[in-house]
Amino acid sequence: MMDYTSLISKTAREIKPSGIRRFFDIANTMEGVISLGVGEPDFRTPWQIRSAGIRSLEASATRYTANSGLLKLREEISRYTQRKLGLKYDPTDEVLVTVGGSEAIDMTVRAVIDPGDEVIIPEPSFVCYDPITRLAGGVPKIVSTREEDGFKLTPSALKAAISERTKLLVLPYPSNPTGAVMTREELYEIGEVLRDTNILVLSDEIYSELTFGRPHTSPAEIESLYERTIIINGFSKAFSMTGWRLGYALGPKPIIKAITKLHQFAIMCAPTTSQHAAIEALRSCDDKVREMVEEYDARRKLIVRGFCELGLNCTEPMGAFYAFPSIKSTGLSSEEFCERLLYSQKVALVPGSAFGAAGEGYVRASYCYSLMHIKEALRRIGVFLEELRS
Amino acid sequence: MKEKILSLLCENSRLCNEEIAAILETTRGEVDKAIAELEADGIIRAYTCIIDKERISDDGVLALIELKVAPKAGRGFEEVAERISSYPEVESCSLLSGVCDLLVTVRGRSFKEVSSFVAGELAMIEGVSSTATQFVMKKYKELGVSLMGDEDDGRGRVSL
Repeated sequence: MMDYTSLISKTAREIKPSGIRRFFDIANTMEGVISLGVGEPDFRTPWQIRSAGIRSLEASATRYTANSGLLKLREEISRYTQRKLGLKYDPTDEVLVTVGGSEAIDMTVRAVIDPGDEVIIPEPSFVCYDPITRLAGGVPKIVSTREEDGFKLTPSALKAAISERTKLLVLPYPSNPTGAVMTREELYEIGEVLRDTNILVLSDEIYSELTFGRPHTSPAEIESLYERTIIINGFSKAFSMTGWRLGYALGPKPIIKAITKLHQFAIMCAPTTSQHAAIEALRSCDDKVREMVEEYDARRKLIVRGFCELGLNCTEPMGAFYAFPSIKSTGLSSEEFCERLLYSQKVALVPGSAFGAAGEGYVRASYCYSLMHIKEALRRIGVFLEELRS
Repeated sequence: MKEKILSLLCENSRLCNEEIAAILETTRGEVDKAIAELEADGIIRAYTCIIDKERISDDGVLALIELKVAPKAGRGFEEVAERISSYPEVESCSLLSGVCDLLVTVRGRSFKEVSSFVAGELAMIEGVSSTATQFVMKKYKELGVSLMGDEDDGRGRVSL
């Protein structure tokens, strides 16, 4: 009999499993659940994009592409970035097409982190930065952001977290789960803290298309950050293409070159069909994206108002597609709140604690659902809160 | 703002005015006023709901009837269209370009009922020169809403 436990690497063993796995298992198997729990768009991939994928299959475009992705796609990504951010990235050596934003994050961290190097990660945030850092032998330095600061990274918190070993700062904005975005002025302040340091920035901009009221600003648009920023983006959220698994990294040549080297050995290239589809997404889907954003915006306003009326204070999310209301007034932990809500009213939310200790006291509600669905979920949450009070 | 109100109500006519106000970042009063005007101007004609008739026992039958009509001097197709629209059996009546003139949808309890309505009433109307009746066998989509399957979209309940 093999002793499998001893065969699992120390690193893999030491990576904490998600603490709310149990809650997820219950939510995913219970009957009659109305959910605000998923982190992916409800819209279908626009048909133009699907057709482009199908056309490429019909034309038998099913071989490997260049390691860094189809040149045409890299050119489109470069054009799109110029159009959106006013920044130039050379398609030949400053753009890498990856298997989703996730791979780009993983490869970037692996390419720059040596054992003992520190990675500053603001939380609450998406769950992958910490384990990916550990896999690379790095040391996660968690910075808790606070609701009073709009869940944004403040210059003083950043300053306090920087040490001689700091190699990388993760800027995960627009934020899953808080919906926070960093303004140009706020990013400028972050830039001032990093000026004259040798610290890189990994800017996870997967939700860049989903901002409300003002267009997304990338840290790379700030003069002091441009040279140190690796932009991670992808097609999942903007174009409703989660299952196509396609993302990209943009950044300084030497960094992209190193990431591409690792990508070449680990992945070869991103899925060819998805790459062909993505070219169409960047060429012809601005209107589709605008329509989806308008719809998200209507839902966002409805859900924020709903939570506030229920007495669950909710800072206005300015990006992504999540509301992050406080449940502190109920006296429950976020996991207790979610579990009791699930059993009582069969509404699935995600406990804020899933996104780091700083998420305790909050719950994440996705608004990737129809207005009717959101209304019903809010109604049930209202019934649950009444129950708690009585 | 009125255009946006209409588009929200078309998506879900059960949104209350406060919810519409929240979505459009205006006041309840402004929405009340706009909707009252839309109603008074005859732009909003009714608030209804979309039903998958196959799921209720008494679903009846629906027919699409193409009519050829001899237009009347001075009034064109209006007179006949008005007359047809006045029947409660008629769900909709539209003037078409192309081979036929009016497209009428009629709902009845049975094939027989609809057939006798077409033969006994519609075909008899002065100016109607021919009718072609097609019974609807299945509806897949109505007013932009799919009637196929259930809402499970394969996303699961929770993901990070």
